[in-house]
Amino acid sequence: MGNVLLQYATVLVLSIFVGTEIISKVPSILHTPLMSGSNAIHGVILVGSMLVLGSATTNLEEVLGFLAVILGTLNVVGGFVVTDRMLEMFKARAPQPRKTETEEVAS
Amino acid sequence: MSRETLIDLLYLFSATTFLFALKGLGSPKHARRGNLIAAGGMFVAIVATFFKYVDGHPLHHVGLILLGIFIGTVVAVPVARFVKMTAMPQLVAIFNGVGGGAAALVSITEFVHIKSTHPATYVTLEVLLGVLIGTVSFAGSSIAFAKLQELMTGRPVTYPGQQIINAVIGAGALALIVTILVTESTLLLWVLLALSFILGAAFVLPIGGADVPVLISLLNAFTGLAVAASGFTLGSNLLIVAGTLVGASGILLTRLMSAAMGRSLSNVLFSAFGSNITASGATERDDGRSVRSGSAEDVGILLSYASRVVIIPGYGLAVAQGQFVLRELGELLESKGIEVFYAIHPVAGRMPGHMNVLLAEANVPYEQLKEMDEANSELQTADVALVVGANDTVNPAARDDKTSPIYGMPIINAELAENVVFLKRSMRPGFAGIENELLYNPKTILLFGDAKDSLTKMVAVVKAS
Repeated sequence: MGNVLLQYATVLVLSIFVGTEIISKVPSILHTPLMSGSNAIHGVILVGSMLVLGSATTNLEEVLGFLAVILGTLNVVGGFVVTDRMLEMFKARAPQPRKTETEEVAS
Repeated sequence: MSRETLIDLLYLFSATTFLFALKGLGSPKHARRGNLIAAGGMFVAIVATFFKYVDGHPLHHVGLILLGIFIGTVVAVPVARFVKMTAMPQLVAIFNGVGGGAAALVSITEFVHIKSTHPATYVTLEVLLGVLIGTVSFAGSSIAFAKLQELMTGRPVTYPGQQIINAVIGAGALALIVTILVTESTLLLWVLLALSFILGAAFVLPIGGADVPVLISLLNAFTGLAVAASGFTLGSNLLIVAGTLVGASGILLTRLMSAAMGRSLSNVLFSAFGSNITASGATERDDGRSVRSGSAEDVGILLSYASRVVIIPGYGLAVAQGQFVLRELGELLESKGIEVFYAIHPVAGRMPGHMNVLLAEANVPYEQLKEMDEANSELQTADVALVVGANDTVNPAARDDKTSPIYGMPIINAELAENVVFLKRSMRPGFAGIENELLYNPKTILLFGDAKDSLTKMVAVVKAS
């Protein structure tokens, strides 16, 4: 168990704290877009899929790696597009924010 | 600067954009920008990966990789773009599921690849965790998708000894992991894959109704953890950071979501909520108690002579696509000097924020949307509470009936208003499958039919009067 593992473990622990800290206060109307947005972010598994397919030396690895690339792409592309479409809906409020900003200043 | 250092720096950049995105998604103002920034960061990471060396050589099978990305994109974009808004939750479920499946496949492929070098025990453990968690997420998300898409019943599926059987399957998976750690058997790895699949499905079956979105959030966190496990196996900081961020924030989000329903997470996961009510509840109601039903004319006139109307929308509004007519009705009433606002329950619809999205789509002014607490304090002075396609979120059983499975969930107190009007398709209970006392309340008028049709008729009546 080398230093490399320890380094990864450090990254893991810090990420846990950052992950919980960063979303500690979210209004309930944004629960679903946040879920969908983080869903897109774990689509980074596509990078892992590319690496295993890129190093494949047997037919079995090629088949599994190829499937992983397809699934990973579905996750990352679908995730970002769905999230964007959800958030687009909130845009209809655009005329209002100016008002809330001034309210914030006033209060 | 060496090639690998540059690529690692680009990965660091990507990981930072993911942090910005999650932070941005926490506030309505920056949410969309945050998501776009993360998409940009992701693109950078993917392009950088094409230039990476693995096992001391450039990536093999670049053509195959591009083909896979092409296929995935061609399928995902139209699905994500053109599926109806009401189907959003199941889309999130299925895109999450394929991510879990990809993580499991990456772990398996890497195991097959490095097996001949007899990897250290901890490397094998990372692989096995990736396979277990990724596959549970894949199978669980698929069942959740089937439930939301109504390919199967949305109700909890239960059978005798369910929890014990699930515990045995889980214990079996753990025993198998220990065995594989010792034997390094690829054959047993396939058995673990199958067992994880069964475990994921069995875990999700008893969860139904309004709890499914909470479940999807939890499975989303699972996929994140599976990605982090793959990151350990592949030695990729990017995968570890992104996966862990999603895992940790996803678990917290899951708890926030169950808190919004007034329940604990373990209650959501293990109580098979709503499964046993229909048997006792529905028959008990067959006692000939009458409800008062009215016509669109009755309701239209009632509204025309009100001075304050509170509209309580629910999933039925989304199904009927009635939000535009509803806004028209609201505007019409306002033009007659009637005060109108919308009372939004945090979990109305099939996902939190569903109603806000729907009404924003119909250009309902944001100031007219009131959150539950504020709405409740104003309902006492309202003449009419107009419930459009909502049910469980106005069910007084949540407040009064200790035996009800939704007991403790905060509700909108529609019955405080002078009159209550329900636009409903039928007498069928809501998503949670629970009978609603409010329907039998003497103040209540029921208007049966498709919400959009009923609203259109009401608009005509209000216009004429």
